[in-house]
Amino acid sequence: MNHDYQKDMAGCGLTGLISRKRRRVSGSHIAKSLCLMTDRGNGLGAGYAAYGIYPEFKDFYAFHIMYDEPSVRRTVEEVLKASYHVEKIEEIPTSPVRAIPISPLLVRYFVEPLKEKLVGDVEESDFVVSTVMRVNSEIEGAYIFSSGKNMGAFKGVGNPSDIAEFFRMEEYEGYLWTAHTRFPTNTPGWWGGAHPFTLLDWSIVHNGEISSYGINKRYLEMYGYKLTLLTDTEVAAYLLDLLIRRHGLSIPVACAALASPFWKNIDRMDDGERDALTALRLTYGSALLNGPFSLLFGHSNGLVGINDRIKLRPLVAAVKDDVTYMASEESAIRAICPSPEKVWAPRAGDPVIVGLED
Amino acid sequence: MVKIDAKGTYYRDLNRKVREAVEKGEKEIVLENVNGQYYIGDGLRGNVSITIEGVPGNDLAAFMDGPTVRIKSNAQDNIGNTMNSGKVVIEGHAGDVLGYGMRGGKLHIRGNVGYRVGIHMKGDKKQGPTIIVGGTAGDFFGEYMAGGLLVLLGLDGDGPIVGDYLGTGMHGGTIFVRGEVDKEMCGAEVGVMEPDEDDLKVLREALSDYCADLGLKLEDVMSKGFKKLVPVSARPYGNLYAY
Repeated sequence: MNHDYQKDMAGCGLTGLISRKRRRVSGSHIAKSLCLMTDRGNGLGAGYAAYGIYPEFKDFYAFHIMYDEPSVRRTVEEVLKASYHVEKIEEIPTSPVRAIPISPLLVRYFVEPLKEKLVGDVEESDFVVSTVMRVNSEIEGAYIFSSGKNMGAFKGVGNPSDIAEFFRMEEYEGYLWTAHTRFPTNTPGWWGGAHPFTLLDWSIVHNGEISSYGINKRYLEMYGYKLTLLTDTEVAAYLLDLLIRRHGLSIPVACAALASPFWKNIDRMDDGERDALTALRLTYGSALLNGPFSLLFGHSNGLVGINDRIKLRPLVAAVKDDVTYMASEESAIRAICPSPEKVWAPRAGDPVIVGLED
Repeated sequence: MVKIDAKGTYYRDLNRKVREAVEKGEKEIVLENVNGQYYIGDGLRGNVSITIEGVPGNDLAAFMDGPTVRIKSNAQDNIGNTMNSGKVVIEGHAGDVLGYGMRGGKLHIRGNVGYRVGIHMKGDKKQGPTIIVGGTAGDFFGEYMAGGLLVLLGLDGDGPIVGDYLGTGMHGGTIFVRGEVDKEMCGAEVGVMEPDEDDLKVLREALSDYCADLGLKLEDVMSKGFKKLVPVSARPYGNLYAY
């Protein structure tokens, strides 16, 4: 009998950490955690999101843009310059990596919408979202893959260590990091399809598949979001933006809309809670994320981890001093925090919500 | 006894070293500085004893047939998949989907376990698997259980010790839960009853071994009442393809 048969089995892997005291740590830290789970991915996507990395430009939106062709750059820059003050333009620093022979042109812009462009009661953040949607859906070969303030996403096709080396993650310092290694199942492995997915300061990394993608997509399109990145996870980033920023839901309520309790459990609740969750499910039925998932979402003031309602993907959390960690595997946390004070597996659908102390 | 330092060792290299030691006839192997290496003990046969220091990776002891593995910390997901014989002792907590399709041997876990533990467990007249959990379990404990013994002790607190969908689709085997069981949490096929003398004898025997492995007192564990859960339908789909 042949026992030498080798097959690479995998799912995606994710990891994240937040210093509740805003203490900034190097990207080499989170890369070490992610690299422990390299075998959960297959080299067709990895990425990092970091908060607190651009303190010298913290009041500007940091647009990270990938260009399939250098020629598209001029078109996008004309669009940007027509509506934004551009404080700084630079190519995102990269290092040559043997495993990444080809990459898009990667440029970052620190920008601020021109006041005269914000007509009527248009919010600055809405204006930025509309720019992201417009560039991503209308300009062939250009994708704004990061658009928050004092944060940024760095992602591409490669293994966790290759992408970290390529983007020189060790040179960035952030108080909140999320990271992802990808095993694409239903959609192509391409630079735009790697995680994290971001919009404004929301960032998402995700393990699983969102089988409600079609419903979520059509719902988001009614509110002007354009789904352009060919990966189910994209809906989660835009749903958070819609529910929390635009509709003003609190994070726990938004989580209860994305991963609602089952009706049989709602029926067993006290009157007030039952009515509230019934109203939430009826109102946001199209925002429900169905299918297996564990995901982390970061924002400027915190980190949230959540599972689907029957825990079809793994998630472990741990605490040590001012840092909270969450990852697909406990060993990925222990790779950078060998003796946590507390380690636990969050219950299905029950979000772990961590905020900053200030 | 042989010690293997697993620090920074890729899982394939570590598992090759373990196999080589077993092939040389080594009976006692200690793996030091383990962190996240997958597939430890998979498909291993014989009566070797492996002690793991650190958190081993997923899919430990799959298809294992004989060895004893002791994990001195927490463990991750998918332990004991289709295991045939031998034992895994976990001194800390463990993750999801333990003992999937397990058909013999024992999993003794001191702490809590995650979701889908003991699903599709099987037993026959010659042998059956046993999983004993000292802490709490998540949803789908014993889902589609077809044989063997599942014991949940809830030793560490007053909160709920078991999740929803307990024994859903169960059609063989026995689950014992130390404390009360909410019928609402059980699958429709599950009957909840008081254990009789014979049941307590089975329990006592299984728990003696568990307590010996983990330094607990049998009297303490037996000091509280148990509920017995068994399928109350007999092969409901047995005739599905016969008519």
